[in-house]
Amino acid sequence: MTSAVPTVHDMTTEQALPAEQPGPAKKKLAVVGAGMVAHRLVEALVERGADQSWDIEVFGDETRPPYDRVALTSFFSDRDPEDLLLGDGSLWRRPGVRLYRGSVVSRIDREARQVHARSTTFDYDKLVLATGSYATVPPVSGSDLPGCFVYRTVDDVAELRQWVLDREAALGRKVKGAVVGGGLLGLEAAGALTALGADTTVVEFAEWLMPLQVDRAGGGALRRIIEQMGVSVRTSTATSRLKAGRDGKVSRLQFADGEKIAADVVVFATGVRPRDELARDSGLEVGERGGVVADPGCLTSDESIYAIGEVAQIAGRVWGLVGPGYTMAEVVADRLLGGTATFEGADLSTKLKLLGVDVASFGDAFAATNGSLEVVYADPTAGVYKKLVMSDDAQTLLGGMLVGDASAYTNLRPMVGRALGSDPTGWLLPEGMEPPSGSALPDDATVCSCNNVTAGQVRCAVTDEGCTDLAGVKACTKAGTSCGSCVSLVKKLVDVQLSEAGIEVSNALCEHFAFTRAQLFDIVRVSEISTFSELVAQHGTGHGCDICRPVAASILSSLGKGHVLDGENAALQDTNDHVMANLQKDGTYSVVPRIPGGEVTPEGLIVIGQVAADYGLYTKITGGQRIDLFGARIEQLPGIWKRLVDAGFESGHAYGKSLRTVKSCVGQSWCRYGVQDSTTLAIDLELRYRGLRSPHKLKLGVSGCARECAEARGKDVGIIATDQGWNMYVGGNGGFTPRHAQLFAEDLTTEELVRAIDRFLMYYVRTADRLQRTAPWLESVEGGIDAVRAVVLEDSLGIAADLDAAMEAHVGAYEDEWAATLADEKKLQRFASFVNAPETPDPDLVYVEERGQRRPADEAERAVLIAGASLPVRPKEVLA
Amino acid sequence: MTTWTRVCAVDDLVPDRGAAALVDGHQVAIFRLSDSGAIHAVDHLDPFSHANVMARGLVGSRLGTPTVASPMHKQSFDLVTGQCLDDPAVSLQVWPTRVADGWVEVGSAAA
Repeated sequence: MTSAVPTVHDMTTEQALPAEQPGPAKKKLAVVGAGMVAHRLVEALVERGADQSWDIEVFGDETRPPYDRVALTSFFSDRDPEDLLLGDGSLWRRPGVRLYRGSVVSRIDREARQVHARSTTFDYDKLVLATGSYATVPPVSGSDLPGCFVYRTVDDVAELRQWVLDREAALGRKVKGAVVGGGLLGLEAAGALTALGADTTVVEFAEWLMPLQVDRAGGGALRRIIEQMGVSVRTSTATSRLKAGRDGKVSRLQFADGEKIAADVVVFATGVRPRDELARDSGLEVGERGGVVADPGCLTSDESIYAIGEVAQIAGRVWGLVGPGYTMAEVVADRLLGGTATFEGADLSTKLKLLGVDVASFGDAFAATNGSLEVVYADPTAGVYKKLVMSDDAQTLLGGMLVGDASAYTNLRPMVGRALGSDPTGWLLPEGMEPPSGSALPDDATVCSCNNVTAGQVRCAVTDEGCTDLAGVKACTKAGTSCGSCVSLVKKLVDVQLSEAGIEVSNALCEHFAFTRAQLFDIVRVSEISTFSELVAQHGTGHGCDICRPVAASILSSLGKGHVLDGENAALQDTNDHVMANLQKDGTYSVVPRIPGGEVTPEGLIVIGQVAADYGLYTKITGGQRIDLFGARIEQLPGIWKRLVDAGFESGHAYGKSLRTVKSCVGQSWCRYGVQDSTTLAIDLELRYRGLRSPHKLKLGVSGCARECAEARGKDVGIIATDQGWNMYVGGNGGFTPRHAQLFAEDLTTEELVRAIDRFLMYYVRTADRLQRTAPWLESVEGGIDAVRAVVLEDSLGIAADLDAAMEAHVGAYEDEWAATLADEKKLQRFASFVNAPETPDPDLVYVEERGQRRPADEAERAVLIAGASLPVRPKEVLA
Repeated sequence: MTTWTRVCAVDDLVPDRGAAALVDGHQVAIFRLSDSGAIHAVDHLDPFSHANVMARGLVGSRLGTPTVASPMHKQSFDLVTGQCLDDPAVSLQVWPTRVADGWVEVGSAAA
């Protein structure tokens, strides 16, 4: 569902809406602007049931529903803009809530209380201005040349990306990029340009980078780290003009000091300006430096109009962060429901990762308080600068800034205005400081500044709302759902509260093992244990269950400790793994032969068809490009497989928590668009990883060009061909919670690709939880996908050789489970229908015919058929 | 009066794995436990899914009680009493078992 574009009304569907139901008259709320703050306003109103008394109409000029602008840069690593959308879209499908996309409000008629959008008018009782801000472009000559961009919307970012790729192709060399503005957004843009392969220069007018967040020394530290990454930095530099090349596109920047640099692309990140012209035109009071003047209740000079977010000027200033905007949205939601909430200023603390560098700034970071003391720790070689601002008695924390290592931010920020209770230098040293325990934080300390959630509210979610885990508390309080920097602190609070409430926080697999799957994996890997009974005797208790037995079976198999039906292993397998087929609702099984890469010969197809016909099996094509044969009774499985194995087929492991298929498009060998041989790669990969037991099923996909016909980004590992090689994506899946795979590595050779997949899969097999697919696993790994990338591509844990060896061992030891079973008389005994009548079919099975094939009879059909009425079709019996 | 049906040799039963048997027209699931050596028999019919699959369930224990879990939707049953441990309203019929001369026999009440 997450990939679906939320249904929203456009102007034409609005005309077609049915007449309002009669009932108490609802008031009309118009929200002008559909950014993050507008989204939060509507969300808050709906949560409080305001959609019962208000009809809410939201007008956005972008063609997309509200999205996470703060995460804009992630568009480069994860190119699907839909991943940035806020919420799951259900908000916009509620009755009484309408979102008009691509709808510019041209005028507000305050007298008539109407907004003009496109070519019609909408009445309102109250109006909320949430138009946000523009990116400003300095008034220098040439700033409108082709190749000049701002960095504000998804469309800006998409155009910038396309420009860089096109210029690189046209010029046949690396693109030279310049970013004018060395603040937060400028460094984001520099990161984006660098990621696109451009040689990037950041040009800052002030004497150091990020002058609003960090001091000179902090800016210096930041500069050193960024320059080490290959980004050039020029500070104290004013851009005087931009010049075009012979093709009319931007080609160089000229500075006030006469120097110049070449630039094929220029991004302006010199600041933002409130989008207040609608307010000006309608005569609302506007501040001298822009921004619609509003009181602490967010009310403008018109008592029917509120202003929130970056367009509002409250308490004499514009608040340019999303956190304060969210607070304003909550204030207006409260006011619309008759409350008296006020906006009392906001915490402007920020923590960011820019170009991979941590930068945080909080409280009185610049030591503006009288008599304040600064405690500084700087290590230029390590690229770290940290400063705490303390009260004149060195007891109370007033603020601070952290560059290079902001790990202390989460624990320090809530302590602003409070006694630190220890020597402040302890917080700055590399080894860090024992953070305050979850219970030490006062109830009124703000834990999540994006959503303004206090420690008390988090505790309350556990004690009063009955939340029993982090996910529940996040859903209940919204803490940690925006930037995520406070999640570790919230988790700590939740854990402490749970244990105080007597609720055990357990990661145990089940009652028999007090370990996680990953811990059990390591126990088995480093020990001589090769059976479940040894494992439970030495590390567990009791006799096992349907949870821990299959986990043990999977671990033993992943580590190459025997056939699934060997010795004691047989008693660990779920019935699917035990009989190597998939249990269906009536107790029969389905059979899926492996068809690597979806490639099958006509002769192979004929064999499968003949087997299905002879055994009367229902036949269906699967989503993984193979053929599923349903309705095989347990005692028929060996006979069916004998014929399939004789024809060269082998187990497809459709029953296992293991590699299923490697889906592919036909690729270069036939397709006129293909740039690589995707089918051959898919077959090679499927043959390499077949039989690999894993925490959950694994699916791979290979597409031969960017058209992505194999839907590889819906797979755990997706591979998409490029002109230079292969791009590798990880963490995709369909199912209950669909995910798009994220870019993991680019332009790999086939050899590099295979090594990266080897390590990725083996690391997943070793460390993931039971039934955890790759997407949630990537989220659970500390450091996320970046940490996994470091393990796989840079061997950051020093285990790459070990992972490689483990995969080689798997590949070398592979044997077809079905061929091995057919060759072992003892194993074949397990396929008896009844121990005292091995060939007798289950007498209770009843089928009916549908579209020329059979299916199990439903309850009503069974009653008729068993009562002795004439049977429309009897299943075709096969005599062995 | 109990009638005893000889179904298989003790060694035909894989420890901790079930086997189905036909006893007097009924489908019965028989389990031989590895730790105690005890042999239990319950209905082969899963009362939740109405499919004859209980013998293919995983054997285990819950707080010391030997159990079998339906392979269809994983409800656990006490192998000794037949009681479903996840739904007090549901249970499996328990069949008496005994071993005679190395053979497993299942008892059924004569009509």
